[in-house]
Amino acid sequence: MIVGVLALQGDVREHISALSDCGVGALEVRTLGELNSVQALVIPGGESTTISKLARAFDLFEAIQQRIKAGMPVYGSCAGLILLADRVLDAIVGQESFGGLDVTARRNAFGRQVDSFESDIDFKGLTGPKFRAIFIRAPWIEECGEGVEVLAQIDNRPVAVRSGNLLATSFHPELTRDNRIHRYFVETICNSALRIGV
Amino acid sequence: MAETHVTGTSRVKRGMAEMLKGGVIMDVVNAEQAKIAEDSGAVAVMALERVPADIRAQGGVARMSDPDMIAEIQATVSIPVMAKARIGHFVEAQVLQAIGVDYIDESEVLTPADYTHHIDKWNFTAPFVCGATNLGEALRRINEGAAMIRSKGEAGTGDVSNATTHMRSISDEIRKLTSMREDELYVAAKELQAPYELVKEVAQTGKLPVVLFTAGGIATPADASMMMQLGADGVFVGSGIFKSGDPAKRAAAIVKSVTFYNDPKVVAEQSRGLGEAMVGINVADIPVPHRLAERGW
Repeated sequence: MIVGVLALQGDVREHISALSDCGVGALEVRTLGELNSVQALVIPGGESTTISKLARAFDLFEAIQQRIKAGMPVYGSCAGLILLADRVLDAIVGQESFGGLDVTARRNAFGRQVDSFESDIDFKGLTGPKFRAIFIRAPWIEECGEGVEVLAQIDNRPVAVRSGNLLATSFHPELTRDNRIHRYFVETICNSALRIGV
Repeated sequence: MAETHVTGTSRVKRGMAEMLKGGVIMDVVNAEQAKIAEDSGAVAVMALERVPADIRAQGGVARMSDPDMIAEIQATVSIPVMAKARIGHFVEAQVLQAIGVDYIDESEVLTPADYTHHIDKWNFTAPFVCGATNLGEALRRINEGAAMIRSKGEAGTGDVSNATTHMRSISDEIRKLTSMREDELYVAAKELQAPYELVKEVAQTGKLPVVLFTAGGIATPADASMMMQLGADGVFVGSGIFKSGDPAKRAAAIVKSVTFYNDPKVVAEQSRGLGEAMVGINVADIPVPHRLAERGW
């Protein structure tokens, strides 16, 4: 299995490294050809406005939307969560998301960079100690549709969710050496999706 | 908020810079320019009263921007807003932190406030980016708490040659460290005038412990792509955008050329029809005392 990391902008290298540590092939995706050669996709942290514009400019936008509709496993962290959300608050005028995840996300919900923080959280489905989560100008999820499972919360706000083959966190596991969430994506979501032949 | 939340950690500060990678940070002097930058795909804006080319042309003491002007830009765009404090001016930095600036640039583009000490950046919750012309300077800034480094180049010139020199110098010195025996690193640390622990870390990992951007003199998509090919994680563009003929178009073209820095076809396409580039000054024609890169130690 090859997992792509959308490499238009953001902390691509960290996701590649975390995926490699989980024992899967990881490929930077900037073109349609590269997108077509991967079975799953990670949308990294970065600026959601920038990534969205570049995806549009280089003909990846609709192709990614179609793959999401067709059931491709996708994991988005921070900006990736925003890009997977069906509805985004505090977006700029005309800001587009790939969508697919029936949630309402609020951009920069925890505040500006001086409010960015790290914290220990419980993450449903992970064994072992609490997960040290790093939140950077992070979004949170204001509303979840039916069929969206909340995996982690902070101050009663969902910060990690799963819906079918889509996983999203408002924090950055790729900035730590703890690969349990990437492993969860690869082993629980990607493997079972690919077994049933997406 | 729950008690377990910790703000201002190294991971949070350095992590913020990781999110900017592969992106372009643009100098803007008002809300209208900030909006153009955001719409063109900038990952952040640097709010300042005068771009370096004007500081150079007008002379005088260059200071931190008016907080009102920064606040207006913060209210206008959703991307991170950075601002500059003078080298060593820790109260300007306190003010910038108090108004919620996302990243503070302790910058040689402004007139230094202290010719001996830089700001003790560990004391702040807001992260700092600092300029460097070589590896030793970069490591001294990191030792003082900088969470991001930018090679200095020569700001406000549109001449990319110094940016090239500084990027090459930093990566060359890193490569040298990685090939040294462990017992040679002590002398290397002495020669770099940098702490041994940081020198050892760079020797082991082959990279700086923080994100490295390039700045100073970048004016075209090809300039930006070249800096990326030389190993930059991203690019600051100062006067190069808003001193050019068609800022919106040039800004978007530089953004795309940073993402596709290894694809000359994209860079060629993005270099077409941009109108006039900023006029520029050759660094060699600037007398040494007027070169900004010499500020900082």
